This record gives sequence, structure tokens and C-alpha cells, in this order.
Amino acid sequence: MFGWTGNILRVDLSNGTVKKEPLNLQDAKMYLGARGVATKIYMNEVDPNVDPLSAENKLIFMTGPLTGTFAASSGRYEVVTKAPLTGTIGASNSGGHFGPELKFAGFDGIIFEGKSEIPVYLYINDDKVELKSAEHLWGNNVFETTDEVLKETSMDARVACIGPAGEKGVLFATVMNDKHRAAGRSGLGAVMGSKKLKAIAVTGSNSVKVAKPKEFLESCIDARNKLKAHPVTSTGLPTYGTQILINILNESGALPTRNWRDGGYFEHAEETSGETLTEKYLVRNKGCFGCSIGCGRVTRIPEGKFKSFGEGPEYESGWSYGANCGVRDLAAISKANFICNELGVDPITMGCTIACAMELSERGILSKDEIGRTLKFGDAEAIVELTEMTGKREGFGDKLAQGSYRLAASFGYPELSMSVKRQEMPAYDGRGVQGMGLAYATSNRGGCHVRGYLTSPEILGVPQKLDPLVTTDKAQWLKIFQDLTAVVDSAGVCLFTTFALGLPEYSAMLRSALGWDIPDEEILKIGERIWNLERLFNIDAGFSKADDTLPPRLLEEPMPSGPAKGKVVELQEMLIEYYQVRGWDENGIPTDEKIEELSLR
Amino acid sequence: MISPDKCIGCRTCEVICSFSKIEAFNPKNSRVSVIAYDEAAISVPIMCMQCEEPSCMIVCPVSAIVKNKDGTVLIDENKCIGCKLCVSACPLGNITFNTGERKVVKCDLCGGDPYCAKFCPSEAIRFTEASPKNINRKMLIAEKFKELFGEVEE
Repeated sequence: MFGWTGNILRVDLSNGTVKKEPLNLQDAKMYLGARGVATKIYMNEVDPNVDPLSAENKLIFMTGPLTGTFAASSGRYEVVTKAPLTGTIGASNSGGHFGPELKFAGFDGIIFEGKSEIPVYLYINDDKVELKSAEHLWGNNVFETTDEVLKETSMDARVACIGPAGEKGVLFATVMNDKHRAAGRSGLGAVMGSKKLKAIAVTGSNSVKVAKPKEFLESCIDARNKLKAHPVTSTGLPTYGTQILINILNESGALPTRNWRDGGYFEHAEETSGETLTEKYLVRNKGCFGCSIGCGRVTRIPEGKFKSFGEGPEYESGWSYGANCGVRDLAAISKANFICNELGVDPITMGCTIACAMELSERGILSKDEIGRTLKFGDAEAIVELTEMTGKREGFGDKLAQGSYRLAASFGYPELSMSVKRQEMPAYDGRGVQGMGLAYATSNRGGCHVRGYLTSPEILGVPQKLDPLVTTDKAQWLKIFQDLTAVVDSAGVCLFTTFALGLPEYSAMLRSALGWDIPDEEILKIGERIWNLERLFNIDAGFSKADDTLPPRLLEEPMPSGPAKGKVVELQEMLIEYYQVRGWDENGIPTDEKIEELSLR
Repeated sequence: MISPDKCIGCRTCEVICSFSKIEAFNPKNSRVSVIAYDEAAISVPIMCMQCEEPSCMIVCPVSAIVKNKDGTVLIDENKCIGCKLCVSACPLGNITFNTGERKVVKCDLCGGDPYCAKFCPSEAIRFTEASPKNINRKMLIAEKFKELFGEVEE
């Protein structure tokens, strides 16, 4: 077998059995791997109306055919299930070393079903697979759990696990691997916790093979050379990490500030930027498996009340706790981010939920008694304290653990939640980056920036510069970005490579790895198929055109200042065009012709 | 030359090493390993240092290990009987036994153009001739002095 290993593990947690099954090669051909294949398996086996936290839900970990190879930044795997935060399909991917190790153990993925009575963890050592008690690990944070599991299994194993947040059903709990890497969004860690699955440890000694080794090596070298030549992947990301975007977005007037209330300019942005992080706190860069970019930040806050050590923050968490909470203290932002890693919490939704609580509090909707403290924008201590309380579901943290939509709605103000399909939108104000507005409204997992990252052309000018303030052609661009992203995610490589690589490079790597002989367009078609499959799941799960929308603030409140002054997101006109470009009807449902064209169902 | 301060821990060296030897990806079959220390925030690529007086060569009962004219310590697979004495003898732990292939695994410098150095994205592994002057290393240290004194003068 080339690219894929050809094996899937099926673990029934209700009765403690483990089964090895062949990968369905027809699925693999049509959906590639990782996000695509996992979603296909999930939809074959699970009712879309399932309660995400019930025993009937399944949780799938899946790698792609390029995971663990010399392909550019090939450390990715995907976690797929129905997401508790949104009720949509949940698919989050992560880097580090866990995904490749799973393939070296000889498996493309793992399907977890049922629910264990006692906490357990799974240990995979090549073909030897066993469920072990995790009763002694329950309650431990991510770092403690990882260290203990390594001690009990093998020091060269790789561990994915949940922290207290996943155990306690925080609706935006993450699955963490290699301590600091997260399958971060939509609360997949809560599903893992509901199954009483604390961790997975894996070590392997098998090889991943490719069909045409010489051609594959050439295509990988070509891709790596392009990554080395492109300014974003050779200089920008390695030097400043993703936080480099803080100043860029602020200058573009699209850095959402104070729960998106105060427009797209944060007066203290510079103090929270990637440049400041590098200058003050960066210890060194860190790369995931096989990565030549190395955007990861090892960060140390050497002194003061936020003294701490960890990884990050990334741009989106730097923003969610920074500009979006009006906090200018990078030490506090970093510490809050580290706590997210330790407790297994998504820092985007966490920071945004605190920002929403800050606005509710400043408006007098939330009282000091209810929160247990005063809460105003700019409070650096609050972001640290409330994150800790949420991860452990203590005090007011229990309310925050439901995310901003449920919090704001419980007080009668759902419009103050800056979310789409109940998931918080990250760090790009659609009023100043129109295409991102459309991307948020149409993302299959709710408010999310990595399903169609139009910031790349609209702000960074990659692969070509688009005017961020107009709607022209954005629907067409978004479709291509969404489809290509689905290919990249499903291949098992990092999305950040797309700054320097395009369809021809991914196609060349995939063709030589898999021994395929199909044109680039067919490979992009796989991405379109995956996108439509996810859409069909969401429709079956009860979502409709009415959910393809944005918070009223972006549609009705004009941007107060900056380059986008006076703008709202022109969503309706873009959405109509988008449905047409997608081959969907006016209600956003894929037509019979489209379903047939893509061989879906 | 290995510079752990530059290593980003991506293990590209492990992946490409195994591929250059067996045309497949398998870190357990790699001649180089990256050991990461999380708390110290450092990772160290470790491989055969091509010793001047190789213990592995001395201990080999069938003289399967030789040092060639370039100074590379090589294992002759045809002579090797798989006794693994060299694995025990290496004071640096840089010879391993691959249980899958039932073979002793050791760096051979890829015949003079090591893949690990060629594809290391951060120049943590560089292939340079050992020179008595070792001028680059000296310049690196001198650079640090320069920075230090520069700060003092300001």
C-alpha cells in the first residue's frame, strides 16, 4: 500500500474491544484521507441528529496519505465528530508528531464508538493495541497526563489527550497532542471526555511507502524550495510566528476590537504583536513533524505576576485575549494561552467568550455578583483567572464553558455573541475584509478562518492582491480556497504551506505518492466533493440558509473608522453569488446535478 | 557540525535519512534521531560522529566495520553477522539495531553529501570538514562577545 497504510482501528469503548479493519479504498480514492475520509466514514455510520455527547456518537482520528512522509509540513491529522459547540460537522486538525506516529504504527486512523464506564486510555504499539485504565489520570492536566502516559507506555510514544475541560464537557474543549498542539475548535475534546477516553499513546516501527519514490522526492524538494523562497513561509512565519498578523490587520483596520464593538483598530496592538513577542519573550522556534517553516513559538514570561512558560500565543489567540478583550499586556495574553493548552481549551472561543462577558458586564446585563468579580474590557487579570475557572468549570467559569452564544442568549442578548452557527469568529473583521465575511457565513463548522482563508489574497496579496473592501469575485475565490483547503487538510499537510504552494504542487506530491494518474482538476474536485459532503451533513443535522449569516453587528453597524469606515459586510449579494458558483439552489442546497457530478450519495 | 540551539525539532532529518536508505519513511530506521527536551526548550539531533578511534570498529569480531580514507566509519553488510556488539560498544548510542529489517543501522554520511544536512530547514545540522581552526565556531562565539561588549558600550 502506498501513501495510506490500509488499516483502520475500531475501538468499542462500551465493551472494550479493539478491531483492525481494512481502509475502504473506494472512500480513500474519492475523499483522500484525514478530513475527507473521516467525514465519509462518520456519515456512513452516524445519524446526523445524534446528541454529540451521547454514546451513539463516534469520534474519528484520521491521518492523510501524505502524513508522515517527506511532503511539505506533513505532520497533520484530523479529528472528526459532530461538534458539541455548533451541532455541525466538527473537524479540527493538528500538527506535532502524533499523526505521523499513528501511521508508523501501521494505521491510517482510529474510530472510537460507545462510551467507557471508567476512564481509559488507548496504547498502540504497532499491532499490539490495548485499553488501559486511566482512573488515576482523570483530573490531570494535559502536561501531567502526557508525562504519566509516556512513563507508563514508552518514552518514544506520542500522546494525544484531553485536559480537565474535556472531562467536564466544556463545549470548546480541545484534543491536545504532543502537549502543545491542538485539534482546537468546536469542542471535540468534550466528545472524547464524554466517552471517558483520556488519552491515546502511539509508537510505531513501520514504514510509510510511496508509489514512485524518485518522483515523490522531486516533488517534495520542489515544494520545499518554494516554501524557502516565499517571504511568508521563509521569513514572516519563522521570524515572528502567526502573531505577525496583529500589526498587519490593525493597519488594515480589520483587527476586531473589544468584542468587535470598537471597530478594526486597537490602539495598543503593537504591544501585543508578534514583533513584541519575539523581542521580549520568544525562547525559540519550534517546528511540527517534517516542517520547514517552524512557526511554533516557545515562549517564556520570565518574571512578574504572569510568570510562565509554554507555547504560543498564535495570532488568533493573541487577538482573542488581546484586542478583542482590550488587553494590552502580552504577558497576561501568553499566560492565558498557556492555561488553555494545559487545561485543553480552545483559546479563540475562550477569549471571545470572555470578551462577550465583558460587554455584557459593561452594559450592566451581567452583574458583579453573577461573575464574582468586576469585569471590564482591558482587565489583564480577568482573562487569566476566567480561563482557569472555565477549564475547571468553577464558579462563573461554568457559564463561560458554554461559549459566548449560549451565555449571551441566556441573558436575552444572543446578538452580542460574535459567532456563526454558535462558534466564535476569529480575528478578521468582515467589514474590512469582505471575503472573510462570506467565509465565516458559509464555513461548514461555523465561525472559522481556516476553511477558506481569503485574508491571504485580500490582505497579504497571496497569490494575488484583491481589494478587501469590495465583493467582486469573492464568491468564486472562496469556492476555490474552500475546495483546495479540503484537499490540503485531507492530504495530511499543513494549511500554512498554501502561502507558497498551489494545486499543481499538492497534486504532484499526491500523484507520485499514490501512483495516481489524474489531472490537477480532478484532485481539486475531491476538495469540492468533501465540501459538499460536509454541507449535506449540516443540512441533515437541521441547518439551513438562515444559518449562513453573521452577527447583526457586522451586517448593520458600519465600521466606525479606518480604511473600511462606513462599511458593513455585503453578505446577501455575495451569498447569492456563492450559492450559484457552488451549483446549489437558492436555499443553499446542493442540486441533484451537483450531487451526481460529484458522485455523492 | 550540530547546533542544537538552531534545531526546531521537526525531524525532517529522520524522515529523509530513512528515505535515502530504504526508499520509505520510517524514523525507527533513521541514522539520526532528534531528542527533544521540552522544559529546557532545546532539541538535539544525534548521529554517528565518525570517531577517530571508533569503539564499534575495535569491538567488531568479524572486522565488518572499517574507517575509509575520508574518515567515514562504515559497516560492510556482507560481513556483518548481526551480533550487535557495536551497538553496545558505541559510547554515544549512535548505532542501533532495526528489529524490522534485522540489520545494524549506522550513519555512512550518504557517501559524502548527507541528506540530513542538505534538508535541515534551520541549519542545525551542517556538513563541514573538521578543521583545526574551526573558524566558523570561533566567529560565532566572537559574535556573542561583540554583542555583549556592544551593549556595555551603549
